[in-house]
Amino acid sequence: MFRIQILKITNMLRYIFILSFIIFFTSCNNTSSDKEEEQVTDAIDLSELPDMSIYHLPSNWTTQNSEEIELKDLQGKTLVVVMIYTSCQAACPRLVADMRHIERDVPDSLEDKVQYVFVSIDPEVDTPERLKDFAIENQMEEDKWLFLRGTEKDTREFAAVLAVSYKAISPIDFSHSNIISVFDKHGELKYQREGLGTNNKGVVEAIIKTTEKDASN
Amino acid sequence: MKINKTWHLLLLSLALTVVPNLHAQVKEMAEVKGGTYIPLYGSEDEPVVVDPFLMDIYPVTNAEYLEFVKENPQWQQSKVKKLFADDAYLNTWKGDTDFGDLNPNAPITNVSWFAAKNYCESQDKRLATMDEWEFAAMANEEFPDARQIESYNKYILKWYETPKTYNNSVGSTYKNYWGIYDLQGLIWEWTSDFNSVFMSGESRKDSDIDSSMFCGAAAIGATDLKDYASFMRYAFRGSLKARFTGRNLGFRCAKDY
Repeated sequence: MFRIQILKITNMLRYIFILSFIIFFTSCNNTSSDKEEEQVTDAIDLSELPDMSIYHLPSNWTTQNSEEIELKDLQGKTLVVVMIYTSCQAACPRLVADMRHIERDVPDSLEDKVQYVFVSIDPEVDTPERLKDFAIENQMEEDKWLFLRGTEKDTREFAAVLAVSYKAISPIDFSHSNIISVFDKHGELKYQREGLGTNNKGVVEAIIKTTEKDASN
Repeated sequence: MKINKTWHLLLLSLALTVVPNLHAQVKEMAEVKGGTYIPLYGSEDEPVVVDPFLMDIYPVTNAEYLEFVKENPQWQQSKVKKLFADDAYLNTWKGDTDFGDLNPNAPITNVSWFAAKNYCESQDKRLATMDEWEFAAMANEEFPDARQIESYNKYILKWYETPKTYNNSVGSTYKNYWGIYDLQGLIWEWTSDFNSVFMSGESRKDSDIDSSMFCGAAAIGATDLKDYASFMRYAFRGSLKARFTGRNLGFRCAKDY
């Protein structure tokens, strides 16, 4: 599925330098002083969401229990989010296992403050019923596991916020980046881990830190 | 005779002042009839089907974007949520509703994907998908698919080496087979699914985007490596995030046919 081909790049070197300029112009913009500004916003009005909150996204989702929710309904808990599709044979079982291990390693005392969210990148196939079956198969039936399906547009937008890339490579197969994201109770991204099974510890620590900090606020 | 000449000059200058204004006010779209094509990272056996669609003939300009932010203050520079745009958003503008000395008919740049997407939605349009964009942009003046034609590729590569083309007015490059201008030669453009480009495979572990991108760039199967120009576009898209903005990155809108 994720075939790797080694290709000649020698002839491209000439253009790579041009590209690096372009990237420089876009990516360096990102080393911004966002943090300071957010803190200022926080200090002025606590009821206002921070600028970087994902809860600014006006998206509607259906859960594995066929409930209609808005993203902002999830406010108040630490969110651990991953994007998958249920027909996935390769990476997703690993991602699901990672999520299970992460959940296991988070102290029980924080259990009701953390929400584990799977967002489908294949809304056409992943109906609420299918998500429900997937939850049952994976013994993730408790409330702390949430499976979401949205419109294609909202899904693309949500992925854009998470910096998750995905592409349908056949009717039942997607290529996608494996990113686990941790958001605080206001919806601000606190941590991201990219790759499979690489470092659950980092995610777990981020969840604990984020949740404890939120609790003390 | 002399009167006649002056008269001509007058008419000419009148025409010159009217035409750019037309660009700003009436957003014409061209029909792209659709078909199949093999994208850069596609496989020969699986041509991608592109359905007929409408595409803006010109990229969105500074003047047009100004109207948008006047009507939608949440997209003004000082009011935009950081989630939706980085700090460089509209940073060459003088103020929230003032683009200063910029050419009104030059393409708007320094806008994020979210901003571009919302602009198009405000016009009852949408961003083109990457396949639609690539399909429309592989045309030169004469042919719908000019990718094997040397002059087409040379034109693009020459543009890549030309600085500050974003200051030029829309419509200053060639009109392609579909009647669309500036797909090549002015700016880079957002597409709706820019985040479907994989430069480094699924198990990338490091977060150093530049190095992983280049390794990854070599590791993804491109069908035609002579097509440097589209390689560059894919690589660029792969490096983008939805809130990024760039001086040479703008957009135009599309619509279902």
